[in-house]
Amino acid sequence: MFCLVSILHLGERFSKRFSHPEEVLWYSPGCCQDDVLENSREDFQRIPELAINPLGDRIINAFFPEGEDQVNFRGFMRTLAHFRPIEDNEKSKDLASSEPLNSRNNKLLFAFRLYDLDKDDRISREELLQVLRMMVGVNISDDQLGSIADRTIQEADQDGDCAISFSEFVKVLEKVDVEQKMSIRFLH
Amino acid sequence: MSSLLPFDSLLCNLLGLSVTLWITLLLIFIIVPAIFGVSFGIRRLYMKTLLRIFTWATLRIERGVKENSHMLYKPLTNGIIAKDSTSLEEGIWDLRGNGRSLDKPEFELSDIFYFCRQGMESIMDDEVTKRFSAEELETWNLLSRTNYNFQHISLRLTVLWGLGMLVRYTFLLPLRIALAFTGVGLLVFGTTLVGYLPNGRCKEFLSKHVHLMCYRICVRALTAIITYHGSENRPRKGGICVANHTSPIDVIILASDGYYAMVGQVHGGLMGIIQRAMVKACPHVWFERSEVKDRHLVAKRLTDHVQDKSKLPILIFPEGTCINNTSVMMFKKGSFEVGATVYPVAIKYDPRFGEAFYNSSKYGMITYLLRMMTSWAIVCSVWYLPPMTRQENEDAVQFANRVKSAIARQGGLVDLLWDGGLKREKVKDAFKEEQQKLYSRIISGNQENRSRS
Repeated sequence: MFCLVSILHLGERFSKRFSHPEEVLWYSPGCCQDDVLENSREDFQRIPELAINPLGDRIINAFFPEGEDQVNFRGFMRTLAHFRPIEDNEKSKDLASSEPLNSRNNKLLFAFRLYDLDKDDRISREELLQVLRMMVGVNISDDQLGSIADRTIQEADQDGDCAISFSEFVKVLEKVDVEQKMSIRFLH
Repeated sequence: MSSLLPFDSLLCNLLGLSVTLWITLLLIFIIVPAIFGVSFGIRRLYMKTLLRIFTWATLRIERGVKENSHMLYKPLTNGIIAKDSTSLEEGIWDLRGNGRSLDKPEFELSDIFYFCRQGMESIMDDEVTKRFSAEELETWNLLSRTNYNFQHISLRLTVLWGLGMLVRYTFLLPLRIALAFTGVGLLVFGTTLVGYLPNGRCKEFLSKHVHLMCYRICVRALTAIITYHGSENRPRKGGICVANHTSPIDVIILASDGYYAMVGQVHGGLMGIIQRAMVKACPHVWFERSEVKDRHLVAKRLTDHVQDKSKLPILIFPEGTCINNTSVMMFKKGSFEVGATVYPVAIKYDPRFGEAFYNSSKYGMITYLLRMMTSWAIVCSVWYLPPMTRQENEDAVQFANRVKSAIARQGGLVDLLWDGGLKREKVKDAFKEEQQKLYSRIISGNQENRSRS
């Protein structure tokens, strides 16, 4: 997944966010105490730049699997792995091996799940409206937002169920450079 | 009983001798230089030796790492990920590609990528929360064992670390504690004494020198090696001196080179005794706890003080909280509303010799002072910047930001707009609403919105 140095750096940041800062993680090659420390939702919410992000809550949610309120370092890294850039040698890999978390498909799935509030694998009009409301706040009227949602679903919907399934979502975004836009490069 | 007497008298003699020796040494090496503000250069020599040892230790670590074919962990001081600092509008347009024209506002499913990536970037490495914990070092300073590379280095380094610890705890610490008590004791005693004198030039002169002498002793108690730059811009009477805030010892560092009126809250305990003694000798501005909440009263007392041109410059840290000395955060506008000349001062500590940042959520004051006194030294640079005044078309916030960026530029610190109060509080919802408003402007074709952009 990540190279060791990035893991060390992320571990440093992760453990500093931890609610009890006196406990310092010892990361070293071979012994990764990655399930000792856990961060809670509040620890994430304390990051000011995330708190002002309109979709901050949805992004924090992506770190917490169903019903859990703590995330350990392993889980944290697994979510972050979606944003690892795709390297050239990975592209040519045969598809027989299991798909890496940072593949185009998984990046898109990550974004899809931000919209899919009830996790039923389709974005209904209601869900789209709710996410739109998070993004625009009180600045756009219900009517206008409704028509935006209708138009978006109309453009994407192919099977006429008034909702966007994952395959329809992929189809709409096929021209977008997902590999680049959903990747974060490490400095080192 | 009588057989014990010789030993008793011997003990007394020894005790008397050591006290005399201590006082003589104190007089020669500490108090006399402190009164005249000169230094024998012992501290500079000590600093240079330390630097040489650190360089050697770093080389050893690198060699050890190479021999064991381990990877060398180096903290990145400029952040760990590549961020492109685009505004929300640019980010969204960039996402949609150049094919679309800017005149057709609409929502696209892909817009979420922008928010998603921004959010992830702030989770991996954000600008604000890392300012509230100790700065990371590029080299190991033989102080702590928390360096990632420490576990696989040679025996010689471990011995060196042990020796360093022995010196710091058994020699430096007792010396520094004794000096600190001498300094604080003299301050309380001296200012109380001066307080009984009738007001006049004599009292002012004595008060100034008692303060300066005691602060210089305290500086020596921390083995602080301070380089002052631009002394011609030293704050003058009737002005306000504003500085970036890293730790409570900022006060000692500034006050050992100039004579300031302090502003602050009245504390209890030892601090209360010191404050009460100091206020007798010269007019410091102390507020009761109940008064601090009243902004108007605070502003009025500051204005009154500043308008009296014979009074000392006020020393203020407008960040309101300690930041880890890698950045300057938002300045509270209060002290910039008063309308006095502002003398900006930038303070930059050298973290290699000891971490000066006071992390109040982690340590208490006593623990902090003990950590300071057991570290190698406090090395810092102080820059006095040219005085600034509020321009006609400026409001207090703009003026505060101008002063802040001047300090940041001089000290080599990152200039942040965020509020240092975020250490304890959550972000105001208004900032999120601002982001939502920006995004709404992009996706709605609202005429009114577009005319504003």
